[in-house]
Amino acid sequence: MADDRSDSDNRPSPEALLQTAAQEKRGRLNVFLGAAPGVGKTYAMLEAAHVRQREGVDVVIGVVETHGRQETALLMRGLEQLPQRRVAYRDRVFNELDVDEVLKRRPQLVLVDELAHTNVPGSRHEKRYQDIEEIRAAGIDVYTALNIQHLESLNDVVAQITRVKVRETVPDSVLAQADSIEVIDLPPEDLIKRLKEGKVYVPDQAARAVHHFFAPGNLTALRELALRKAADQVDSQMLSYMQSHAIAGPWPTRDRIMACISPSPLMPRLVRTARRIAERRRAPWIALYIETPAHDRLSDAEKTQINRALTLAEEFGAEVVTVASGNVPMEIIRQARQRNVTEIVVARSHRSRLVNRLRGTLTDRLVELGDGINIHVITGSPEAESWLGVMRARLSSMSFGGLVPASAISLVAVGMIKAAEPWLPPSSVPLLILVAVLFSSLRYGYAAAVLSSMLTVLGYNFLFLPPLYTFTIANPENIYTFFVFLAVALITSNLTARIRAQAEAARIRESRTASLYDFSRMVTGAAAEDDILWAVVHHVASITKAQSLVLMPDQMTGHGGRLTVRAAYPPEDEIDDKAKIAAEWAWDRGEQAGRGTGTLPSSDWLFLPLRTAERKLGALGIRFPDDRPALGPDERRLLDALAGQAALAIERSLLNRDVEEARVSAETEKLRSALLSSISHDLRTPLASIIGGVSSLMNFDSRLDAQGRSELLQTVRDEAERLNRFVGNLLDMTRIEAGAMQPKLDWVDPEELVATAVKRAGPLTHGHDIRIEIAPAMPLLRVDYILIEQVLINLLDNAAKYSPKGSPVDLRLRRERDRVVLTVTDAGSGIPAGELEQVFDMFYRVKAGDRQVAGTGLGLSICRSILQAHGGDIRAESPVADGQMGGPGTRMIVTLPIEDQPALPGEDKAAEEQMPHG
Amino acid sequence: MADGAKILVIDDEPQIRRYLRVSLEAHDFRIVEAAGGQEGLRLAALEKPDLIVLDLGLPDMDGQAVIARLREWTAVPVVVLSVRADETDKIAALDAGADDYVTKPFGTGELLARIRAALRHTVGASSGLAIFATGDLKVDLEKRQVSLKGEPVKLSPREYDLLRLLVQHAGKVLTHQFILRQVWGPAHESDVQYLRVFARQLRQKIETDAARPKLLLTEPGVGYRLAME
Repeated sequence: MADDRSDSDNRPSPEALLQTAAQEKRGRLNVFLGAAPGVGKTYAMLEAAHVRQREGVDVVIGVVETHGRQETALLMRGLEQLPQRRVAYRDRVFNELDVDEVLKRRPQLVLVDELAHTNVPGSRHEKRYQDIEEIRAAGIDVYTALNIQHLESLNDVVAQITRVKVRETVPDSVLAQADSIEVIDLPPEDLIKRLKEGKVYVPDQAARAVHHFFAPGNLTALRELALRKAADQVDSQMLSYMQSHAIAGPWPTRDRIMACISPSPLMPRLVRTARRIAERRRAPWIALYIETPAHDRLSDAEKTQINRALTLAEEFGAEVVTVASGNVPMEIIRQARQRNVTEIVVARSHRSRLVNRLRGTLTDRLVELGDGINIHVITGSPEAESWLGVMRARLSSMSFGGLVPASAISLVAVGMIKAAEPWLPPSSVPLLILVAVLFSSLRYGYAAAVLSSMLTVLGYNFLFLPPLYTFTIANPENIYTFFVFLAVALITSNLTARIRAQAEAARIRESRTASLYDFSRMVTGAAAEDDILWAVVHHVASITKAQSLVLMPDQMTGHGGRLTVRAAYPPEDEIDDKAKIAAEWAWDRGEQAGRGTGTLPSSDWLFLPLRTAERKLGALGIRFPDDRPALGPDERRLLDALAGQAALAIERSLLNRDVEEARVSAETEKLRSALLSSISHDLRTPLASIIGGVSSLMNFDSRLDAQGRSELLQTVRDEAERLNRFVGNLLDMTRIEAGAMQPKLDWVDPEELVATAVKRAGPLTHGHDIRIEIAPAMPLLRVDYILIEQVLINLLDNAAKYSPKGSPVDLRLRRERDRVVLTVTDAGSGIPAGELEQVFDMFYRVKAGDRQVAGTGLGLSICRSILQAHGGDIRAESPVADGQMGGPGTRMIVTLPIEDQPALPGEDKAAEEQMPHG
Repeated sequence: MADGAKILVIDDEPQIRRYLRVSLEAHDFRIVEAAGGQEGLRLAALEKPDLIVLDLGLPDMDGQAVIARLREWTAVPVVVLSVRADETDKIAALDAGADDYVTKPFGTGELLARIRAALRHTVGASSGLAIFATGDLKVDLEKRQVSLKGEPVKLSPREYDLLRLLVQHAGKVLTHQFILRQVWGPAHESDVQYLRVFARQLRQKIETDAARPKLLLTEPGVGYRLAME
């Protein structure tokens, strides 16, 4: 490994470069670090701000606490103060930093005091440092102040020194990211003097602790911590600089630290220690949890401890690994070897000394197995719970539901054996009783096992051991039997109960796997996006017993779009704004947000990001009933897995859609080329006649007789009109294709419509007899006059075009229940049976042998589009059923819906005015 | 009687202007040409034409605005040239004060008929004829009598009101809104169904073949017009 590194010594390390690049875009963070309250951090920060302002930097105050100090307040003058967000919480109003205000104002530098501050519940972020992260991400510089005791990794150390436990902490990574740290140093004597002068703000409730806190010894220690931390930071900045500039130096060896998480109250300390070691050595570190069969027997409190430790480790930048194994020390060493771990940090077992003596401590086993690996052991502290407490926790997690039936079974069994005693060999009695014990422990678990062991042993003594019906034992040999019996009962029942617990655990794991498997089968089976979304919410809701929904942006392309609810179970259309912000956070940042997380924890919903390596798809939301405890690590992992699968499935459907779109666009391409060839044919043909005819008229006028001249002119006009119709059709088609054709509905008399259409189609139907037949009392139609007239003209044009000159064209209009039916029938050669539908396709023309009649193949397609936009339709019939007009003929049948007739005035004005309707 | 009248053609297309000049001059009209709205307005004041042919799609100003500006000071008949498919434009032009419209592309015959009707209407309006006759129809506005082929026709009061309005503006397009406002009152301005029903009834009484009307003509999407012989 060391050899590998030497190769790249002269090149900047990519990670270092990336980090430098990321830092450049972000706003700079300047931390004013103090050893204790009252050293003057805020004052120094304000002074620095004034200096920057004089330099021409746009400085504003986001939030600054003066704690009533006159000199600080004075210094705030001359600096713009942004309004703060007033948040009501539990009858009190709090002033909080308004992140949105800062982002809106966009100063170059903003002052935000109290880095370790915890926001009032209901704020966007739980902690102020998260607010600052967001501000910096927007490229705004931040000045902030911090006391050393608030630093996460030093929290324990400070608590040990001062005996004051600080609740508000800041992850070390926040300080590590600071671009500069300024230590505000004040000798302890001066600080104590200031305290005595009342210049240090002390909250009332902390007054008692203050005395101890401000002891000179404490202050000296804190001061040293602060200075050392700052020095560390300088060191690491130097290192980072050297790395990114490829300066060769004595690189630290590549250490790897592993923290072993176990259900112990020592966990927070263990994690912090591991982190400190890792940081000091600038080494990556791993938090390992080994899930033993005993995991499922742990109390909820213990599970929470583990969960919290793993989360903390993750926050501290550890790689979190969870593996299942029965042998903890073996597995730890195996994992350590696999990952080239050099140091292992474990907590001392809280098991009783007796057990440790018997089984050997974990530490002993690790030292034994882990040749060449350093083992750090974290030992107990006042924080650790007593053995009794642990037992109590254990007990509380046991199920006592089976105690009554277990005792009943035991007593009945003993009674029955007593009744059957005369027929049983005496030596078999204890064995039979043991069977009852085994049964109840197998069925009802630990507590029941212990109880039924006791009961049956007592029953045995009472009923079988002389003197009978007393709890005394006469024969010393029987005393021996009694105790052996008790021991055997306890051990076997304990063993069976453990088997039961393991079987139960296996069953749960099995059901979880089955559930995941089910889910993946369900979502891979569904191809349509909506089906997948439905499957996701339904499944998540059923396994979490909670409400679930999927939010996705309304447009998938680019970064735009707002999240909307796409599916929910039970159905839900809207979520409140807070939940929406949390959802957007999860979607945008790819982190969990909402309930139980660090971002917007006061929301009712928990949101998991739905994302793949390719794109951010949306967010999966879950709302648990109020009385439900926080999610356990297992559930969280299961949810993560579900979200991952759901994201993959959704992406697959999106890809499917993309493929479909590509196919459609290919078809559009085909259409476009058909259009082009049609245009070139249909435009050029009439143009050829027009240009030809006109040039003859111009150049050879003298050679033409009156007849010829008139014929040429006739041609020119007809062809120009044909061109005009074609352009009209193209325009209509374009409008339909673009979705821009919206019928302007108005009440129309169909009779009138027919009349104008027939009149306008006159020049086209020249030489045909148009026979109109209209049923009496036709209702009014609610249609677009122009468009429907166009349909009729197209139909009449077609009828004339595809039937021999001189043949009649029938136009009939009648009512059929709730529709108006209009038919146009010609006596032409008809349409082949197989093409009756295709004639309505764009650019489709019936092949009529060599007799190709000029047409664009657009007319009928336009008719159908127009009619469908009106809720009607058109179909073709050929040959005509009742045809008596010569050829097989074609009948075009148009239907249009009849709407509720509008209010009409009275027939006669006199009747209307003189005799009111009665 | 219309011959010899002076016509101002406002159109930005030189080809259309040339075609109109040649065709109209052949019918003894005198032609003044303008290539834009501003120039058109100036020439309208300067030349005092008897009729204006106005293209709605002008580059320098909106055709509707030209009509509005003209109507501020003159009642000269305006015939509008428009492209098909924008009926709303035609209605707006008619409402703004245009007398008639022709849809591009159009034949010379059609345009001449419109121009003659518009010119005649200005003359006819001042003469205040009491008896109007077209085809087989005869309407005596003074005696409120209507006859077809000499036979008296019985009309309801509303039918008569409608017919009288059409007769008073014979040859000119009347928009739906205009007719409804005049006959049924402003409250019924958008009740086109009234008009459809009464037009059908009227046709059955005054047309020889109601399925192929010759007198009461529909202008699709715009309104009605009473044909003049």
